[in-house]
Amino acid sequence: MHTYDAIIVGAGHNGLTTAAFLAKAGLDVVCVEKNDYIGGAAVSRELYDNWIYSNCSYVCSLLRPEIYRALELHKHGLQVTPYGGSVQFMQNGDYFGSYHDPEVAYREMARHSQHDADAYERYSADTMRQCRFIRDFLLRTAPDPTSFRPKDIRGLMAIGSKFLEMGEDRMYETIRFWTMSVAEYLDEYFESDIIKTSLSGSGIIGTALGVHSPGTAYVLLHHYMGEVDGNVGTWGYARGGMGAVSKSIAGAFQAYGGKLRTEAGVDKIVVKNGKVTGVGLENGEELAGRIVVSAMDVKRTFLTCMDRSDVPEAFYKRVENFKIRGSSGKLNIALDGLPEFPALPKNSSLYISDMHFIDSMERMERAYDDWKAGTWSKDPYVDMVIPTLVDPTMAPPGKHFMSCFIQYCPHQIEGRAWTDPEREAFAQTVIDQIANYSPNFKDLILHYEVRTPQDIEDQIGITEGNIFHGELTMDQLLFNRPVPGYAQYRAPVAGLYLCGSSTHPGGGVMAAPGANAAREILADLGRGNTVPENFGDD
Amino acid sequence: MTDRYDAIIVGGGHNGLVCATLLAQGGKRVLLLEANDQLGGAAVTRRFADGYEVSACAHLLYQLQPAVRKELKLAPPLADDDLTTIVLDEAGGHLRIRGNDVDGVGAADAESFRAFFKRMTRFADLLNTYLNKAPPRLGTRNLRDLGTLARLGFDIRRLGKTEMEAFLRLIGMNMHDEVTERFESPLLKGAISFDAVLGTHLGPRSPNTIMTYLYRLAGSHGRLSAPAGGMGAVCDELAQAARAAGVTIRTGAAVKRIVVGNGRVTGVETASGELFESSTVVSNADPKRTLLDLVGAQHLEAGFTHRVHHLRARGNAAKLHLALDGLPTIAGIDKREYGGRFVIAPDEHYVERAFNPAKYGESSPEPVLEITFPSFRDESLAPTGKHVMSAVVQYAPYALKGGWNDESRRAFEATALRVIEKTMPDICSRILASELLTPADIEQEFHISGGHWHHGELTLDQFLFVRPVAGAARYRMPVDGLYLCGAGAHPGGGVSGAAGRNAARQIIAGERAA
Repeated sequence: MHTYDAIIVGAGHNGLTTAAFLAKAGLDVVCVEKNDYIGGAAVSRELYDNWIYSNCSYVCSLLRPEIYRALELHKHGLQVTPYGGSVQFMQNGDYFGSYHDPEVAYREMARHSQHDADAYERYSADTMRQCRFIRDFLLRTAPDPTSFRPKDIRGLMAIGSKFLEMGEDRMYETIRFWTMSVAEYLDEYFESDIIKTSLSGSGIIGTALGVHSPGTAYVLLHHYMGEVDGNVGTWGYARGGMGAVSKSIAGAFQAYGGKLRTEAGVDKIVVKNGKVTGVGLENGEELAGRIVVSAMDVKRTFLTCMDRSDVPEAFYKRVENFKIRGSSGKLNIALDGLPEFPALPKNSSLYISDMHFIDSMERMERAYDDWKAGTWSKDPYVDMVIPTLVDPTMAPPGKHFMSCFIQYCPHQIEGRAWTDPEREAFAQTVIDQIANYSPNFKDLILHYEVRTPQDIEDQIGITEGNIFHGELTMDQLLFNRPVPGYAQYRAPVAGLYLCGSSTHPGGGVMAAPGANAAREILADLGRGNTVPENFGDD
Repeated sequence: MTDRYDAIIVGGGHNGLVCATLLAQGGKRVLLLEANDQLGGAAVTRRFADGYEVSACAHLLYQLQPAVRKELKLAPPLADDDLTTIVLDEAGGHLRIRGNDVDGVGAADAESFRAFFKRMTRFADLLNTYLNKAPPRLGTRNLRDLGTLARLGFDIRRLGKTEMEAFLRLIGMNMHDEVTERFESPLLKGAISFDAVLGTHLGPRSPNTIMTYLYRLAGSHGRLSAPAGGMGAVCDELAQAARAAGVTIRTGAAVKRIVVGNGRVTGVETASGELFESSTVVSNADPKRTLLDLVGAQHLEAGFTHRVHHLRARGNAAKLHLALDGLPTIAGIDKREYGGRFVIAPDEHYVERAFNPAKYGESSPEPVLEITFPSFRDESLAPTGKHVMSAVVQYAPYALKGGWNDESRRAFEATALRVIEKTMPDICSRILASELLTPADIEQEFHISGGHWHHGELTLDQFLFVRPVAGAARYRMPVDGLYLCGAGAHPGGGVSGAAGRNAARQIIAGERAA
């Protein structure tokens, strides 16, 4: 039987990234994927003829540019088109727009609050400072604070000295930033409820926390630290949908000689004498590998694909207690034409922006209360975009594709599976909310796809359908991610590694976990490093 | 005519008394001014109906720091020095918790609770060392600060690999997740969640609630005692200690303004217009009141004022006091057990649901409660045969929509009684008189901004290095000669005396250095 140097389990963007860097280093690598398509949650699916759905992740910006360059993704067809701004529709018929152009953005903010327009620069500078602080740790393995190994001590010192460089006042600011809620953080700058609401969404997307939960200010960074064309904090669409990201990384992987196998779901990660020897596929086939790298989330890896006796009991319990909560759903809608939003000026640039239909911090927080009670938000936070305005290739001419990200949406309803009427009711909640601001919207709907966390789990395999492969709370970040003592991509079984978003630095189509894992693996194998680890643009 | 003092203490709460005493013991001439006629601030015994007395705010003593006891030679008379917590169950399956022992749950939960409590008390002990000293400054080359930080790092490492990992994980975590991981019994999960959120604007799902639980255990591992004669007895003893040390005490002397000239304090002016001079003014009042009202923004840097302004200090805990013609019936509770601390928090979700409305300025339709019958062991508090009930009721947000008035107060009292009735069915028929103190009342009566126990929310962004605000964590305010010694300063509230003691030590040390 052929023995691969490495078997990568799961062809999501992180699995593919690890695979590509290992192949680039000359290893004999196979990447296996259970579905008949690759990409995991970064996919473009043609569910209907001529309609391309980015049916999970839908915008792109977090993908590290260092990785883009190192894997030469442009050669494999990845084009990212920047877009910007957002709009918040208000119940009183008004709206609040945020614009990429600082001059316009200022005027619009001043229309709602002169005070806040003036405060924005300070907010932006303070938040970007936190971004720059954290960005340096993204493409690095988190040091283990309990270890005395020189590498870990050096890593801790690096964080410490970066922290010290800030100066006393900013060190305190940083401590506060990491521990406070996004609502309180915004309160320190702004007075207008609509402006705060507009900015608060990034603090809760993908989490099972509310805007008032301590720790959500930090989550802002997970949405701000992206960059497109060197512009920090901007977003972009991948031409052809998010699947283009995965396809380009897969293209690089294959160009380096890697082998990709779809419809090859892993049933078991095989361990013999305390060492990984390969994987058993669902079809009964066995693949032998010197190492196995799991891009699945940490729960699926250890609780589903391995035996309890394969790992230390304390580790197993920690994995059981890892918090990975379904909190968001999606509604992907095919439209016969462009919906009108009468609150906006005709041909407003805000049509090409993220649209939101909730206009107060109280409504944001109440949406979370529904989730805590075990149901979907009756007045949800919806992040809606129409990518076809930027990338017409995704729909037939004149038609449009609309992506709605919805928070909050639980994995189960009060502890039991979703029923079809509930899924429908959930979709209608969102449709009704949008229709409040767009009279012709309902008539334009041709078909739609509802994705609850349960659906995401069933189709993609992510436990509870959590888009970040695990909550981004302090107890699950950095050296605590996924499990204290195992935050450096190595599992407690010889030859087994993790490279998915359950590991540092967490979720988003960033590819940093996959890159970091590859670097650690190459170091263990004594191979030369092919993975970038420093920022060239800072 | 004005007098000169080495130091003037504004406010005779327990921290002010501790600070005054220690400064006087250090040889200073100290004047303490208290607005009310009674010393003790919020730690007083209050007559709410003819013949009936209760502790006005905090009614149980569990945080008084051993160092404060020792240095002030305090030995407050106690009616009970180790109360059992009884978690009430509508069906009568009450839990009894004392120390690490819980009765009424399965063997697995009892065992798990011992392990949980052992770990929590160990972490609380670690924390406690740092509650009893001024927090070190960050980013300085001061050897003492660097030493304290190194010591903190060393102490955390000394826990050993497993416990260190647990500590670094738990410190930012929420109590909901921890109790769901460990326990089966809803009552036990409810009771621990309740302890974690008592006196805060947090629900058990809010990250940070492990930290507030550790804070509660610091000092005496949560062992509860009831002072004989109510909490006022503790402050009477503190006042005696202050007088014995030579502190001049004036009650009924509200400070209207802290006088600042050329960037430093020169004294205080009272509401009646009296001026007292001193180059050192120590405020036991909360940070907002001290800095924004008594000093005034004109004497502060704008950025600093901004921080103080945004300090979160809005209380959620109300006090309900009942005069009763006899003890209420509680099914499954023996007559001898009425000296305990009764908790109504049936499960962790109930506690979270109680919190939800507080976020929107609404009071809980089903509040959580901590109930005691202080007269059970202490006959001085009620006429013979009669009793008083003292209950903390949460959540009653300070900034209630529509405001606190007689109507909203009556409505919330009725809500609390409806919840109490579920386990004490005859409670309403026994009421002779009642009183509800909302955070707005507490603000009014005890001059605490927002009526918050801790003079400022106890969350990680307002804790340790950044309490009350960044740049003022070491008791010294950015006006020369002005200090803070109350709960708003490090480490926070509770009848612990830590803030008062740390402040006094900081003032004395500062002088030596100068």
